[in-house]
Amino acid sequence: MESGYLTILIYIGAVVFLSAAILGMSAWVGVKRPTREKLSPYECGIQPVGDARERFSISFYLVGMLFILFDVEAVFLYPWAVVYKELKWFGFTEMLLYILILLAGYVYIWKKGALDWSR
Amino acid sequence: MTTVSIPDVMRILPELILAGFAILVMLFEPFVPAGRKRVLGWIALLGVLVAGMAFTWAPPNAGMAFSGSIAADGFSYFFIFLFLTIAALALLGSINYLERDNIHHAEYYALILFSTVGMCFMAASAELIMIFLGLEISSLSTYVLAGFRRHDPRSNESAMKYFLLGSFATAFFLYGIAFVYGLTGTTNLVDLAADLAQPGKWSTLTRAALILMFVGLAFKVSTVPFQIWTPDVYQGAPAPVTAFLSTGPKAAAFAVLVRIFLGLAGPSGPAAFWVIWISAALTMTVGNFAALLQKNVKRMLAYSAIAHAGYVLVGLAAAMASGSTEGASAVLFYLAAYAFMNVGAFLLIAHLAGPGEGRTEISDFTGLGRAAPGAAACLTVFMLSLSGIPSTAGFFAKFYVFRASVHAGLIGLTIIAVLNSVVSVYYYLNLVVTMYMREGEPQAARTPMPLPLYSAIAASLFAIFYLGLYPNHFLLLSTLSSKPLP
Repeated sequence: MESGYLTILIYIGAVVFLSAAILGMSAWVGVKRPTREKLSPYECGIQPVGDARERFSISFYLVGMLFILFDVEAVFLYPWAVVYKELKWFGFTEMLLYILILLAGYVYIWKKGALDWSR
Repeated sequence: MTTVSIPDVMRILPELILAGFAILVMLFEPFVPAGRKRVLGWIALLGVLVAGMAFTWAPPNAGMAFSGSIAADGFSYFFIFLFLTIAALALLGSINYLERDNIHHAEYYALILFSTVGMCFMAASAELIMIFLGLEISSLSTYVLAGFRRHDPRSNESAMKYFLLGSFATAFFLYGIAFVYGLTGTTNLVDLAADLAQPGKWSTLTRAALILMFVGLAFKVSTVPFQIWTPDVYQGAPAPVTAFLSTGPKAAAFAVLVRIFLGLAGPSGPAAFWVIWISAALTMTVGNFAALLQKNVKRMLAYSAIAHAGYVLVGLAAAMASGSTEGASAVLFYLAAYAFMNVGAFLLIAHLAGPGEGRTEISDFTGLGRAAPGAAACLTVFMLSLSGIPSTAGFFAKFYVFRASVHAGLIGLTIIAVLNSVVSVYYYLNLVVTMYMREGEPQAARTPMPLPLYSAIAASLFAIFYLGLYPNHFLLLSTLSSKPLP
């Protein structure tokens, strides 16, 4: 039992040592010739325009959050699909109820105008 | 292959009905025009009533459901009925409040229902994971409710504090569950009790797990030293929400505490017992002495809520010390009595504070006894009951807790509790004295009470006097309800 934890401790030590060594060596030995281009933030190869810290529309946040919500809930459909045949009608009705509840949420956000980008 | 059987579904019927109605309210909310949202309030209330009637029409047979994760016993029925009552009173008291303050969004009603569902699951589950889910359902709804006055910075502060500290507390609880699972391989309370009953099963780690779970729940019931959030949250949240918060989720967390600590900590020896003892003594003392200094009514009642959590812990300590049902039944009685007086007091203050809840200082209530005799008399009864004057529910609630604690041999704790309840009389009566014996024009609103609020207040008053004058029936009920506990 204890020896098992000792292995993990040694492993953690090795990880810390290795990463410190690699980073330290590259900082110490590496050659640095900074230019203006190299220091500018990387934006997928396109010329950077302006500061990233500006005001965004609240809709980005809202749509992002709703996307996460429905995305995560859709994940539950996958395990059901795997055992679909064994669960038969029981699983089907369960999932139908689940999707109906999701649908109620969808109707709610739609009617509330959360998906209306122009607002 | 396990499938859901009809008896299983029947055992969670109230929760299902509540959740169904909550979804309905949520679904209808965007379709109902702004001026007519109160219809949805009535639908939510109907949901609570139907859920309550589902029990009486189709009495569920006691037993475990869903592979041992739901325990349908007298204990859970008692709490479910209590939560339904609290939800109904809070809904009745909220309808006109929301209209008055221009925050009439029907999500409010849906959130109250969802929170009630979570609380019911907390009280009814015999499985730590299920308890955790119930805790989360109930907490997430109440975080939103606390910030329902969106344009009021105090309400925002309240929601933010409640959210951050509440999530922190649930993390503690979850950590405790993880420890328990790691040590015993089960999260079912019945299996767990059997597992821990074997000799040599208790270790420092098991105690640590129990303490972690206690810390998580202690945040929810606001016992010292985990009470720091309570005054700010209770003061900033809309008053009807505070009425709900200070009674419902608190009683639910106590239900879990009783279930876990009486079920598991029995063989743990004195360690867990002393944690409860010290916590009870500290909570009562800090709550009462801090309440003495308050100038704001909501803040004062928040500290009083902390103090009352201390009294309930005295009952729990007694139950743990003696092993008889007397302590547990005193806890149940106390939680029910406290629910009626606190919901009543906060709903009345919500009305008296006027639009925007502008007048919640104690000095705003000067001379209210003459200006609004009816409201002042009701508030006086609530204050007297909170301080434990005979012929009110508060008296017998305290009496049973103290009696159980004396019978369990906890003389020291009982003395601390009695002294504390003497101290508490000062600040409760201070409000009464301000209303009746100080000269001045009252700042508090003098508009007549709307009918829904009136019926909620009347129901609370009836319950307070019923429990205060004829406590026997209810004591029998709470004793029977605590029978299933070990």
